[in-house]
Amino acid sequence: MKPELKIFVKPKHITDLPNGTYYEAGHLVSKNAGWRTKRPVIEPSKCVGCLQCYLYCPDGVIGKADGKVIIDYDFCKGCGICAKICKTRAIKMEAER
Amino acid sequence: MDKHFLSGNEAFAYGVRLAKPNVISAYPITPQTIVVEKLSEMVENGSLESDFIHVESEHSAMSCAIGASAVGARTFTATSSQGLLYMAECLPYASGGRFPIVMMNANRSTALPWNIYGDQRDSISQLDSGWIQVYAETAQESLDLALLSYYIAEDKRVMTPVMVNLDGFTLTHTYELVDVPSKELADQFLPPFETENKLDLELPKNLGYSVGPDYNTEFKYMEHIGVRNAIAVIAQAEARFCEIFGRRYSGLIDAHLCEDAEYILITLGTIAGLCRETADTLRANGVKAGVLRLRYIRPFPNEELAAILKNAKAVGVLEKDISFGNEGTIYTNVNSALYKAGINIPSYNFIGGLGGRDITTENIEEAFHHIINGGKKVNFIGLVVDVND
Repeated sequence: MKPELKIFVKPKHITDLPNGTYYEAGHLVSKNAGWRTKRPVIEPSKCVGCLQCYLYCPDGVIGKADGKVIIDYDFCKGCGICAKICKTRAIKMEAER
Repeated sequence: MDKHFLSGNEAFAYGVRLAKPNVISAYPITPQTIVVEKLSEMVENGSLESDFIHVESEHSAMSCAIGASAVGARTFTATSSQGLLYMAECLPYASGGRFPIVMMNANRSTALPWNIYGDQRDSISQLDSGWIQVYAETAQESLDLALLSYYIAEDKRVMTPVMVNLDGFTLTHTYELVDVPSKELADQFLPPFETENKLDLELPKNLGYSVGPDYNTEFKYMEHIGVRNAIAVIAQAEARFCEIFGRRYSGLIDAHLCEDAEYILITLGTIAGLCRETADTLRANGVKAGVLRLRYIRPFPNEELAAILKNAKAVGVLEKDISFGNEGTIYTNVNSALYKAGINIPSYNFIGGLGGRDITTENIEEAFHHIINGGKKVNFIGLVVDVND
């Protein structure tokens, strides 16, 4: 399962914090996509679901939901590798506004 | 129980074997070498099932122990002096990461001048590393501390690594008859190591992450509480130890003739034996002398000291350590305990035994007379040259 952004609940008591530097993996509470200048956008009609983009994505932000390939923009850095690797040219890089 | 004629190093190795660490990573250094050699032999001859990792340095030894602990292994390492200082960077990683590693340190002088003999400047320089620190006096206590330390370190309330200190040569290399408990009894005492602080395929975790200014203090607070919690756990461990093995230890401190003592000498490690003998002689001559051996100095026995020192007329601290430009660090800690408890008695510091210098009965007698008659606060004892202008 690909981890997704979770809501950060501020600890109130010391027992709300882990007793050391160990906690469940993938507990992501802050977005990390601030430096993205272009975002990959999938054209569903062209996508055949081969998942090459998923395999090549260096940040692991591509997944599948309801049979469709989706991108997690909370963590995508906009590197464009998915667009380059897509054989059906289903992914376009669009400027962030 | 089996009786064996063992050195401190060997006794410690026998204790470690009974604790059955999954991983031992160590680099040899005088005067620690024999504990590592002995354990290596035990692994080689099959009497201890453990992964013995020969590392290239003490920095690697501790890093390796941390890595092994992070997959849930019980781990052991040992070092001394420059080796301890070389691994110093890794010590707070182990304590802050809450990895309950047990390490034996053979107390030895630190360079320069280069010297392989005993004093306690190595471990005392690492008091703030977050490790529990205990000082053994005998080979029997060394063996027993190997077992006790795992029990204490791995307790959920503590989860803190333990450094067991043995005086270089005077304890590591001297022999005495030692009771070696059976494996069955040791297993009864020490439960298998279980931790949630590990890499786990079933329950994936992030380990050893960074924490910024927003919550860093809270993590350090928890470390502090972990070490303070050890006080109760030490008492519990020693009670259980006595139940199973029949040997009783006295917690953070070991007091000799202190109940009615007017003049108390506080010290740590092997020199306590000679201090007790000297106190006995002084008692025979009508001086109400007592000796208080500090066993644990982290957690520091503030309340325990205060309870004993409150009726004394004056105290002294004899230590093989000097914080240059100030005083002996144990003296600083003892004074703090006295002040916090509102005990206003004179205290004197005796720095001795540096670089393996013998501390003699005469030195200790003089120290007692200094405590009784008063004088300079911080004193280097046993100097062989005149230092007066």
